[in-house]
Amino acid sequence: MNDTITQLHFWARSTVAAISLSALTVLSPNLYAEELELEKDELTFGFIKLTDMAPLAVAYEQGFFEDEGLFVTLEAQANWKVLLDGVIDGALDGAHMLAGQPLGATIGYGTKAHIVTAFSMDLNGNGITVSNDIWKQMKPNIPLKDGKPVHPISASALKPVVDKYRSEGKPFNMGMVFPVSTHNYELRYWLAAGGIDPGYYGPGASGTVGQISADTLLSVTPPPQMPATLEAGTIYGYCVGEPWNQQAVFKGIGVPVITDYEIWKNNPEKVFGVSNSWSQKYPNTHIAVVKALIRAAQWLDENDNVNREEAVKILSQPNYVGADPDVIANSMTGTFEYEKGDVREVPDFNVFYRYYATYPFYSDAIWYLSQMRRWGQIGEDKPDSWYHDMAKKVYKPDIYMQAAQLLIAEKKVKKEDFPFGSDGYKPPQKEFIDNITFNGKKPNDYLAQFPIGLKAGETVTPSGITKK
Amino acid sequence: MNKFIHILQISGLTWFVPLVRLVSGEDPKTQAKELWMVMGIPIIAFVVFLGLWGQLSSKVVTSLGTIPGPTQVYEQAKGLWADHQFQREKEAKFYQRQELRNEKLEAAGKPEKVKWRTYTGAPTYIDQIWTSIQTVFMGFLIATLVAVPLGIFSGLSSTFNAAMNPIIQLFKPVSPLAWLPIVTMIVSATYVTSDNSWFSKSFLNSAITVTLCSLWPTLINTALGVSSIDRDLMNVGKVLQLGWFTKITKLVLPSSLPLIFTGLRLSLGVGWMVLIAAEMLAQNPGLGKFVWDEFQNGSSNSLGRIMVAVLTIGIIGFLLDRIMFTLQNLFTYSEKR
Repeated sequence: MNDTITQLHFWARSTVAAISLSALTVLSPNLYAEELELEKDELTFGFIKLTDMAPLAVAYEQGFFEDEGLFVTLEAQANWKVLLDGVIDGALDGAHMLAGQPLGATIGYGTKAHIVTAFSMDLNGNGITVSNDIWKQMKPNIPLKDGKPVHPISASALKPVVDKYRSEGKPFNMGMVFPVSTHNYELRYWLAAGGIDPGYYGPGASGTVGQISADTLLSVTPPPQMPATLEAGTIYGYCVGEPWNQQAVFKGIGVPVITDYEIWKNNPEKVFGVSNSWSQKYPNTHIAVVKALIRAAQWLDENDNVNREEAVKILSQPNYVGADPDVIANSMTGTFEYEKGDVREVPDFNVFYRYYATYPFYSDAIWYLSQMRRWGQIGEDKPDSWYHDMAKKVYKPDIYMQAAQLLIAEKKVKKEDFPFGSDGYKPPQKEFIDNITFNGKKPNDYLAQFPIGLKAGETVTPSGITKK
Repeated sequence: MNKFIHILQISGLTWFVPLVRLVSGEDPKTQAKELWMVMGIPIIAFVVFLGLWGQLSSKVVTSLGTIPGPTQVYEQAKGLWADHQFQREKEAKFYQRQELRNEKLEAAGKPEKVKWRTYTGAPTYIDQIWTSIQTVFMGFLIATLVAVPLGIFSGLSSTFNAAMNPIIQLFKPVSPLAWLPIVTMIVSATYVTSDNSWFSKSFLNSAITVTLCSLWPTLINTALGVSSIDRDLMNVGKVLQLGWFTKITKLVLPSSLPLIFTGLRLSLGVGWMVLIAAEMLAQNPGLGKFVWDEFQNGSSNSLGRIMVAVLTIGIIGFLLDRIMFTLQNLFTYSEKR
């Protein structure tokens, strides 16, 4: 038996392609994956109260972690900064993270630390909500069909409102959850696609808030506080994950105008991040965690979301998301309620498994990096090769594939659910709200296409954009 | 019977004294009047309070529904208890699975892999209460250990007192929310946790924040108590040429104990208030975290649950005060005895 353990141990550490799978099938599958020689089996993972933390809660509640011999404690964190610090200083072994966080930390934007991810947690799942008052002002600019607004709604409908505020000298405040959050980039993308300049990040203290030459002032608010902040009138709109858009509808304080699915179809959202040193110190543990998470993701999407009702029950427990089940169910079961009563089908609102949702594609990382450059978080021009290097430094599909191979061998997942043979780059994607095509292999070409955003040779100074 | 009354008086449960006297056959009229004062009126006042609460709360509509009244809060309390029991069942199942697992490992000839782990589930409301109580006592204990000796020195030496005074004046008014970031940074930098550490970092953070905010009343009162010892008593000490240690234990401490205890009572009260704020801000386990989590959850049950927590915090604060009161009565020679 010991021989097989060492064999497997060796196998797990080496690359996928090099070792044949046949050796695995001989192993007895019933003794859990403890054959994986876990370096550490008591783990603490952090998360933020959002429905897309579901794979973690499901892996715990359905016993997938225990199947791998992992004893996991899940802890809600106060905000994204606290969560990131926890992973860096080791208080947390890993966490549900914004896809931009491992990248931002690794390139040294905000906090400098090498964070990696081997598991992408979901696709889509966010929305942009504006207050009732702003919605009333936007509505005349939106075409109607059968008495209902035509979706997707462009930010050009918001532009006259923003212009009016600006001409009256009033700041137009909006909220997002973190400087390197998906939500920041989605909100900026939507605003810019509608002709509103969301402002730039730059050097100096004033540059860190990202409001240089901005039409709208975007600031950070932790997800669960969004509805309360909107209600208080501090912000006029926000971009956040579920259930905090639907919560605004239930509370009658705001109207979601667009989902991120309509801004970029099937966009990558959260990742499971660990520190690079942790990953190197506990390689087998890392694989075991990814195995459990893949199974959780599969469970969440199984048979056309058949388990989603049960997932809603799990998520509504106060120690996870804790919002009312009907609020969570709204988006988790494939519908989305825009203006009160305007419920529409969005079957892919939350995707956890299909479309290779869990595979960490390099091209996903590059999209985030491109947006960091677009808005000045990356101050200088970088060659395409820099983008590829950074993506490879942070995204670890090899670890993911090792986990997938083990699960296939254990007959827990199907082989066709994984993108074998992929070089880590999705084919060019064009389903964006502004119809601009994203080719992950050519980030600089991509950046050159945006009417609003930094171009090659441009840098941000406290007074605005300058060309070299 | 008198002894029983004495115990009630020491522990501060004076409401029951007339009841006991009545049972023991003392003049019913005076006792009934007394009973009306100490029990009747408070109970009526409380019922009126509940009535007003129930009436008024339904008129305040928040985005989470109306403010919960006493009945809804009671329902939530029951819900929290049910949740506690449900978690305990889950815990039992967890241990069962673990046992099974370990048996399997034994059978597979890998006894070195057998491990016993503690339950990994979320803490329940009852667990959070318990954590908070432990934390406040830890903080209070450190505060006492720091404040009492410092207070004695300040009381004995006017030079030392003059030296301490500006520091006390400066730090006494500082809010726990200002201390917390500093404490968190220092604890993270200096305290390294391992798997078998005694305390977790979050526990120390909360406890030390409690210490920093709650040591001042004890310090000031101890100094005051010590400096106001009868001069004659101190002179007698000098005449008898008592050693330093004997002087402290036989003369200084006994005569300043009433004030020291007053300080301790105040300190514990302050500490309890501070703790909830610290837990809320730092997300450290305990009742404060419970309140914050519920606020963030924003479910229709949240307000009711937060009210349960508010009442629990009040009741525990009250009980802590009673405990200190009882200790004070037991250890000091006040005029009551």
